[in-house]
Amino acid sequence: MIAEIGHYALMLALVLAIVQGTLPLIGAQTGIDSWVAVARPAALGQLFFIAVSFAALTYAFVVSDFSVAAVVKNSHSAKPMLYKISGVWGNHEGSLLLWILILATFGGAVAAFGRNLPPYLRARVLSVQGLIGVGFLLFILLTSTPFERVLNPPADGNGLNPLLQDPGLAFHPPFLYLGYVGFSMAFSFAIAALIEGRVDPAWARWVRPWTLLAWCFLTIGIALGSWWAYYELGWGGWGFWDPVENASFMPWLLGTALLHSSIVVEKRDTLKAWTILLAILTFSLSLLGTFIVRSGVLTSVHAFATDPERGVFILAFLAVVVGGSLLLFAMRGPALKSGGLFSPISREGALVLNNLLLTTACATVLLGTLYPLFLDALTGEKVSVGPPYFNATFVPLMVPLFVALAAGPMLAWKRGDLGGAMARLKFAFALTVIVALGTWYMRTGGPVLAVFGMALGIWLVAGSVLEWAGRLKLFAISPADSWRRLRGLPRAAHGMTLAHIGVGIVIMGITGVQSWTEESAKVMRPGETISIGEYDLTLKGARTVEGPNYSALRGTFDVSSEGKYITTMEPETRSFRTSTMTTTEAAIRPTLTSDLYAVIGDPDGKGGYATRFYVKPLVHWIWTGSMIMVLGGFVSLSDRRHRVGAPARSRSTVTLKEANA
Amino acid sequence: MRLGYVIPFVLFFALAVALYVGLGLKPRDIPSALIDKPVPEFNLPPVKDHDKGLKTADLKNGEVSLVNVFASWCGPCRVEHPVFMALSKTGEVALHGINYKDDPDNASNWLARYGNPYTRAGADRNGRVGIDWGVYGVPETFVVDQGGRIRYKHVGVMTQEILDKRIMPLVRKLKSKQ
Repeated sequence: MIAEIGHYALMLALVLAIVQGTLPLIGAQTGIDSWVAVARPAALGQLFFIAVSFAALTYAFVVSDFSVAAVVKNSHSAKPMLYKISGVWGNHEGSLLLWILILATFGGAVAAFGRNLPPYLRARVLSVQGLIGVGFLLFILLTSTPFERVLNPPADGNGLNPLLQDPGLAFHPPFLYLGYVGFSMAFSFAIAALIEGRVDPAWARWVRPWTLLAWCFLTIGIALGSWWAYYELGWGGWGFWDPVENASFMPWLLGTALLHSSIVVEKRDTLKAWTILLAILTFSLSLLGTFIVRSGVLTSVHAFATDPERGVFILAFLAVVVGGSLLLFAMRGPALKSGGLFSPISREGALVLNNLLLTTACATVLLGTLYPLFLDALTGEKVSVGPPYFNATFVPLMVPLFVALAAGPMLAWKRGDLGGAMARLKFAFALTVIVALGTWYMRTGGPVLAVFGMALGIWLVAGSVLEWAGRLKLFAISPADSWRRLRGLPRAAHGMTLAHIGVGIVIMGITGVQSWTEESAKVMRPGETISIGEYDLTLKGARTVEGPNYSALRGTFDVSSEGKYITTMEPETRSFRTSTMTTTEAAIRPTLTSDLYAVIGDPDGKGGYATRFYVKPLVHWIWTGSMIMVLGGFVSLSDRRHRVGAPARSRSTVTLKEANA
Repeated sequence: MRLGYVIPFVLFFALAVALYVGLGLKPRDIPSALIDKPVPEFNLPPVKDHDKGLKTADLKNGEVSLVNVFASWCGPCRVEHPVFMALSKTGEVALHGINYKDDPDNASNWLARYGNPYTRAGADRNGRVGIDWGVYGVPETFVVDQGGRIRYKHVGVMTQEILDKRIMPLVRKLKSKQ
């Protein structure tokens, strides 16, 4: 009964989405205000029914209703509650339902909080959102309904893929989707603007917070995925350039570009057509990411052959959304009037450089991701383009981006003074040289690129701090005056500084782990000791431990350094009862500068166990840096201008601030 | 200038058509420009911890041989590896490896962990020899005749089926011509 309610609610949502996607759009074109007014209630109603549907599916998973096919395939009664719930989106059907729930939530947010948007713009935005919803709801209802029943309910389910039974991965998809779907807002605003033929700073002020929010979520999602891969896959890798990762990385790259170009639209009323195009492409890549991962197309194009219905729907949907919006762009784009001119050396110029490098980088990733797919489609052959391709194309594009990043924020709008910026960066440059020499001294014999990477990272951090200090006139005026300036600085400025510092930290983390990782793989018997880095590890013993739905081999290692006991590490290998798969639970001992990473594997039958240890310098900086980037994003989001949104209100706060000052 | 606005659409349209046509096509072989040409001049040092490298003369010694391009970072190579391990046990044809753009330690560990099916394995660290061979994705496998001429190129994972139905018949045919 509950499952049927869920199914029925989904159909009602589709009907409302169709209304939302058509009436307000036509109303806004023809000036029928009552049709325009339909947008809000339709969006809220659609959200309500999708929420009911999602709740119904969650209920089926929570109570382990094995008469529902999706529950049978992806759940098991012995599974911990957390994974029963995460099982809802741990499969194709349920994940699409989550996707559309998030889409409707964003639409509902515009309906509920978008009161100060011009009514026609709001109606068009909601209409476009409604149309995206129609596409997804049709896809779910026609090809992938999660509410299908089974005639003879089995006693228990098949269980969730053991690799997915992990807190990191339980929350990875929701964040990823919040990011993907968040970019739909930028897309809807872009399409609405193309229809209206008008893009102005107020438009950009509306788009920016949504893009920033989506970007923050996507960053969290990607970082979670990478962290999960690090501790769960058992060999301490943090990123592999694999197609599934690239699928989320591409919208991130373009989203980052969009974030920066919309600043130019807001502040300088120029780069409009480009920003619109970026918004369209970012969301297109988000769609591609969703479908490509979900449909299994990336692992094998034969997914199309085995499931032609889904494949054809996906291709057709992508063609309509991407092709349609690009066609609209081709027709209406030229009507967008461009604003102020600027010289190449200026804040605008720096942001254009940022955009060029990020989009080119995204294009190289796209090429590397799709080439094997095309080859597979055309010839049935599988090849791996692999990390060498990505390292050779992606890294050289990132280096100039990071070098310029420190200087960019110091340039003035319209016409900047590069010499002045460089002069202000002399401390950063000095620090960079010191760090480079220090790295060289401490790690002589290591890769030369490592010195360069560390220098680049510190250059970014120091440059960002200097720029921030410059705004406060730190040390140039009294601390009290600096404090006042700090309070007066918009939060967005603090956010930018934080985010850029985060990037620098990520670079240093990547450099450290790529250059100086130490590794040991040996069969060990209890009592044996091995040395890696500064550590000595002794295998005390190994025993079998029972978990709720698995049994694990747990090794106990005593870790000491220079004869002094430090800690005990207990890595596990888990075998799940409902699957032949095993997962490794690495034991990790993090310190500020490096991780000690231990894995225990199969016994060799002669009393020994396969063990692997890594010392991974700076690896945690990758995720710490990512979280600092996200923190920067949220600090920037809390900026009053973003919260208020509408130009009229923000003007009044400025006067208020001036009155206070 | 107006034309610029149309470019994204045109590019996307071309891509969509290519994909649509591509998905409808039947699998076929990619022609290699090097088919029936002599193998390029090269001389590769051995993979770390191994003693036999690979050079042009090794492929012109009057024996039919297979040359497999592999790398430790390449997922599909793991998939085809057991096929080559089985082949090397039969000893029916000489199998050589070109280790493409790989880290020496990783390559050595990889061969230690999964086994080394290659009679000779050369390390092509910077991929220059790979360019000469026309390698554009890993894995690839070449059939080389007694005179050091490339007779066949297989792009992608080597399966037992492809080996039995395409590669080995060709190897036997070449051998019988001696």
